[in-house]
Amino acid sequence: MLDLVVRRFMRHKLAVAGLVVLAVLILSAILAPVITMDPDALSVSERKQGPSLWHPFGTDEAGRDIFARTLHGGRISLTIGLAATLVALAIGTALGAAAGYFGGVLDALLMRLTDAFLCFPQLFVLIVLGTLINATALRFLQGSIVPIAVVIGVLSWMGLARLVRATFLSLKEKEFVEAARAAGGSNARIMLRHVLPGAVGPIVVQASLLVAASIITESGLSYLGYGVQPPTATWGNLLRDAQPHMQQLPVFAIAPGLMIFLTVISINFVGDGLRDALDPYGRR
Amino acid sequence: MAAFAIRRIVGAIPLLLFVSVAVFALLHAAPGGPTGAYMRRGSMNAADLAALEQKLGLNDPLPVQYGKWLGRVVQGDLGMAVTTKRPVAVEIMDRLPHTLTLMAVAWGATLLIAIPIGIFSAVRQYSKFDHAVTMLTFIGQSIPIFWFGLILLLVFYMRLENPITGEPLMPAGGVATMGAPFSLTDRIHHLLLPVTMLAAGWVAWYSRFLRASMLETIHQDYVRTARAKGLSERLVILRHGFRNAAIPLVTLMALDVPFLFTGALFTEVIFAWPGMGRLFYAAAERRDYGLLMAIIMITSVLIVLANILADMLYAWLDPRIRLS
Repeated sequence: MLDLVVRRFMRHKLAVAGLVVLAVLILSAILAPVITMDPDALSVSERKQGPSLWHPFGTDEAGRDIFARTLHGGRISLTIGLAATLVALAIGTALGAAAGYFGGVLDALLMRLTDAFLCFPQLFVLIVLGTLINATALRFLQGSIVPIAVVIGVLSWMGLARLVRATFLSLKEKEFVEAARAAGGSNARIMLRHVLPGAVGPIVVQASLLVAASIITESGLSYLGYGVQPPTATWGNLLRDAQPHMQQLPVFAIAPGLMIFLTVISINFVGDGLRDALDPYGRR
Repeated sequence: MAAFAIRRIVGAIPLLLFVSVAVFALLHAAPGGPTGAYMRRGSMNAADLAALEQKLGLNDPLPVQYGKWLGRVVQGDLGMAVTTKRPVAVEIMDRLPHTLTLMAVAWGATLLIAIPIGIFSAVRQYSKFDHAVTMLTFIGQSIPIFWFGLILLLVFYMRLENPITGEPLMPAGGVATMGAPFSLTDRIHHLLLPVTMLAAGWVAWYSRFLRASMLETIHQDYVRTARAKGLSERLVILRHGFRNAAIPLVTLMALDVPFLFTGALFTEVIFAWPGMGRLFYAAAERRDYGLLMAIIMITSVLIVLANILADMLYAWLDPRIRLS
């Protein structure tokens, strides 16, 4: 089975290319402390320099190395993308499974909750939370990436919940589930061992796309000034820093955005490859 | 149809109440909440502040405050914007037309571009054109909208200039040249970059979606029947293929309304477009909680209405679907 999935994935050239680019990006984020200089080191004598051998992307208005800040920003942005997806995955799978498996009133209630979350204008709510964190006694959370990751996750589980619910609805009527129940399997066991594996394919695809979406959300929020706060660099707040200096330092405005773009397009290609590879009705 | 609409609107009320309770709690439970704007300006001493809190009813228990707020809202009173001392409703009505203009133009442009692309790449599946479109749609879907906006500014405002006048090729923002008399060309000139920024991503999503939807319909039996009747290929594709393939597109567009507002917010911030998104952004900076609350609620109502409208349109376009 796994063999087949790998073979079908490898046939999707763009997906393989995406995987390679993604690997390079992740590696550069992991190795950032080793291969770059200190991203927070100020240097008055080297302010707003163009690209050079020593500073490949130049320096910002405080003389900090933009290359170092871009790679370090990737650590934060990628971590938030993954963490937010894990949060959404946990909530979406649990609620979707419960709704689909038990049905009835619980299903109706959970689906209304899903509808309610779908009417939140996500970015607006995130900005409000950002102002609360920046401006109130919650300020102690300002430097932390945990609240942002959690909140993005809490606002983006709805698609997953609907997907998991739909799979559970169709699979719970199947004979193998009946057989498991006849053999004395508990509800929890049937859900986890017998039904959930049938939903793994679509969940993986959806989750991969959610990582990309979360990275965009985080960087957009940080770009607006309501996400991760400086001096911690993320791709989003680097773009915010770059905007006033775009005229003199175009590389500063191009590099962080290009990183977001490369990450997201690679993930989208990988997601597309996974969709084909995990499709039970696909070619062999 | 009317009965369906009424039932759905009534059904949406608990949903909107839930949203309002959540946002209200969020804004008011945080320490230093609604009076934050006054405190930051430092123009008030502690006694004045306490008096204001009394006047605004901020010392009541939260549920009582929420009840009072809701009572005012259902009577159409959205309260006052703390920082500008103007009614919230007036602030919003000033801005809403600009946002609607921007969205409508971007949306129209999107459909004009995405529909032919989607149809053509489905009809010529796996052709060079189709491959190029697939690649471009992946790019369009992956480009962060705010970065795209910055790049547009960098290229068309900062780098390129009008060869005759020597001025920047495109304006940096705003709806019209300051102080100039009204001119349609000037308005359009100011719309070009924001609309490009807003529409690029949508064109990618919708043409991709329409392509998939077209591929499904053009292999249906009724399309083969139409062809067997001897209809021209053009009629087969447009009347029998596209008309059916467009139905799911309607749903998709309605579900996308929240993203519309997100995109508009970034566009308005980057291109100094005086719409709702920019108003919201400014309200967040000034911590004007009354205004923030009102805009979130209006946006939620619009999202809910768009969904109901989509269901009705869906049933109207596809008679096989019954509203129940």
